[in-house]
Amino acid sequence: MMEKMIFGRYLPGDSITYRLDPRSKLIFIFLFIFAVFLANNTVTYAILLTFTVFVILLSKIRIPFLLGGLKPILFLVVFTLLMHLFLTREGDVLFQWKFITIYEEGLRQGIYISLRFLILVLMTTVLTLTTSPISITDGVETLLNPLKRLKLPVHELAMMMSIALRFIPTLMDETDKILKAQLARGSDISSGSIQQRVKAVIPLLVPLFVSAFKRAEDLAVAMEVRGYRGGEGRTRFRKLQWKTSDTMVLVLLGVLSAIMLYFRG
Amino acid sequence: MNFAYAPNTPFEKKALHDINASIKSGSYTAVIGHTGSGKSTLLLHLNGLLKPTEGTVQVGDTLITSETKGKALRNVRRNVGIVFQFPEHQLFEETVEKDIMFGPLNFGIPEEEARARAHELIEMLGLPKEVAKKSPFELSGGQMRRVAIAGVLAFNPSVLILDEPTAGLDPQGRREIMELFERFHKEEGLTTVLVTHSMEDAARYAEHVIVMHEGHAVLDGPPEEVLTDAEQLAMYRLELPRSVRFQRDFERLVHHKLPKPALTEEQLAVMIAELAKEMGEPK
Amino acid sequence: MREVLSLDGVSFAYETEEDVFVQAVQDVSFTVRDGEWVSIVGHNGSGKSTLAKLMIGLLFPATGSVNVFLDPLTEDNLWVVRSQLGVVFQNPDNQFVGATVQDDVAFALENNGVSYEDMQIRVKEALSDVGMSGYHNHEPHHLSGGQKQRVAIAGALAMNPKILILDEATSMLDPQGRSEVIELITTLRSTTGLTVISITHDLEEVLLADRVFVMNQGKLAASGTPTSIFEQGTKLQEHGLDLPFALRLSQLLRHTGMPLVGDHMSEKELVNELWTSHFNK
Repeated sequence: MMEKMIFGRYLPGDSITYRLDPRSKLIFIFLFIFAVFLANNTVTYAILLTFTVFVILLSKIRIPFLLGGLKPILFLVVFTLLMHLFLTREGDVLFQWKFITIYEEGLRQGIYISLRFLILVLMTTVLTLTTSPISITDGVETLLNPLKRLKLPVHELAMMMSIALRFIPTLMDETDKILKAQLARGSDISSGSIQQRVKAVIPLLVPLFVSAFKRAEDLAVAMEVRGYRGGEGRTRFRKLQWKTSDTMVLVLLGVLSAIMLYFRG
Repeated sequence: MNFAYAPNTPFEKKALHDINASIKSGSYTAVIGHTGSGKSTLLLHLNGLLKPTEGTVQVGDTLITSETKGKALRNVRRNVGIVFQFPEHQLFEETVEKDIMFGPLNFGIPEEEARARAHELIEMLGLPKEVAKKSPFELSGGQMRRVAIAGVLAFNPSVLILDEPTAGLDPQGRREIMELFERFHKEEGLTTVLVTHSMEDAARYAEHVIVMHEGHAVLDGPPEEVLTDAEQLAMYRLELPRSVRFQRDFERLVHHKLPKPALTEEQLAVMIAELAKEMGEPK
Repeated sequence: MREVLSLDGVSFAYETEEDVFVQAVQDVSFTVRDGEWVSIVGHNGSGKSTLAKLMIGLLFPATGSVNVFLDPLTEDNLWVVRSQLGVVFQNPDNQFVGATVQDDVAFALENNGVSYEDMQIRVKEALSDVGMSGYHNHEPHHLSGGQKQRVAIAGALAMNPKILILDEATSMLDPQGRSEVIELITTLRSTTGLTVISITHDLEEVLLADRVFVMNQGKLAASGTPTSIFEQGTKLQEHGLDLPFALRLSQLLRHTGMPLVGDHMSEKELVNELWTSHFNK
């Protein structure tokens, strides 16, 4: 299941969405969350949904791939729908069978809230699928730069984030290797009482920590020897470029919000 | 047997194709091939850490298919020990003794027996006695590797799989570890499968060689055949073992054939000396 | 030739527990000249890794001095000196800082405040120097060990240092990766005249060096050309170094009672001698 999960993953490719500046994409997502909350009736939700589909088409990510990869999250969406369906007791009764009663308000709330959730998940997935982790880090660092004046260690945070991202695949491999080695020595993680299972994780965690510390030590030495002394006086290899299309994206979002405000009930 | 990683997903990767091979009980087999040739994936099938997508793997009396689960797999793992590359990375216990006992206790060997075996192995692997109560993380790299190897030998597997067991060691350490495995192979009657890059180690120790290339088992036979076929090996980007290469150059220059392929430099020296004697004697 | 790096009576001891010192390096002196390829060998624990740390200013000697370009290395000139040294370590994964190949190569340039335009050019050049041009956007976990080490070399060379220090840089690689790296070093030296100091136990690397320093128990046990070092034969094996195949074979042949003239480093020499003195009758 996890192998298929695409939430938060990057898929190398090319489309207008890929070429946008990470800053515009980050600002967009941030503001879009507010825009989503503007929707409160059928017309506005329809507009929002159309817009989302439009963005997905623009990104050239195949919709079956997107939905397939988000299956575990789609369960959550359906669950939200059912919760509202059965638990809300307002409005006219639509349907009654034995102890199950469904109210009009429940149906409406359920659809709205799960749709809102779905749209947010789809949009953020489009962002992460089309933006490499390093660009996201760059974008965050540049956007947070003004906060340096407030003594926030922006550069250090970004460096930590990028190193963490860089080492995730390495540590995943390592976990897999250690897991296999302990399984081969008869360790059993998938059965027994909770207590036994917690105990069975120790042979995995100890070597993983030992190796992570060793890696951290090695990396620190390698960084120092290559002249790393913190953000002071450092130049950047990557330069972000704000293009007209980036401004357009934000204008588009403004237009969307204006339309939504107009049709709001 | 076939195997694919993450089948039916956008990330699917075919790793092994139609492997048909058998390894005789009590034999010493070397699996050689380039990085990415599928040899590491193959070895994970030999104790059920991976299950074939299609086809079957038979270990002893147990048949592993894509459906095999739980107890049968445990049974296979009990009989097939794997020494992974850089095995010292799997150490975790507070003391060396406890770490070596981890496998045996998992497989239900009584504690006292496991402890006795641990102490026996510490000695057999040439470690000082007092390391038993030490933390494995206080030891030197070479000692840690020996402890990790002991942790696999501790549950007396009848098949021992070695994945590049000497990687990262200095020449002396390499030789010592390989001699150690050779001794265990003979003394304990193990079936040994060595996965290696070293043509010399394959030539010196193995009785049976399998060459892997792009997920296929391309050559399979005794070392005298497989490791002397320069053209075939070159196709799979492998070289002849040093002694065989020297033998070829030598035979070409003196226009005389040595009686059999020289798999080690010791054999080579003896054969050259004998040939010299023969030719030196008046006819 | 001009001296680029030298050790002058260097000693160093580690403090293991309170007041317990282990002498790791003892009174070591040597000089490395411009354009030389020097190998430092010795078994694990011989002090060769400590020596590497002393040369790149991760440790400072208790007595004696490490001189880079004739100046003693101190805390004050440390950062300047480091920008003129390229270092490649053992584990390919643990020294890969950037998220992609080009980011990693740029890392030292960024740290040293090289301008954006310069950086783009130098990263491209460094990658083409190590034959990794097509890979600039690759992520490290999609590269082989040998490729990662080539990227590490590109990163070390991006600042155009005079000296490249390889600290067991090939010991974790498979044979293909190892020969990739060794081939690359050979090419780089012939095109740029780079000085190479490699700490290693790889025989092939040692044979290519101009001079070999053998470390044993913290002391410099021997130094000289590879041939003169290998002539010491079995004593080398105690120092954790393998003998070349030809030399091993000639020893074995002598054991069987075959007289041989001289020691042979290469297989070709040995085959030829066997031919001329024993079989050409």
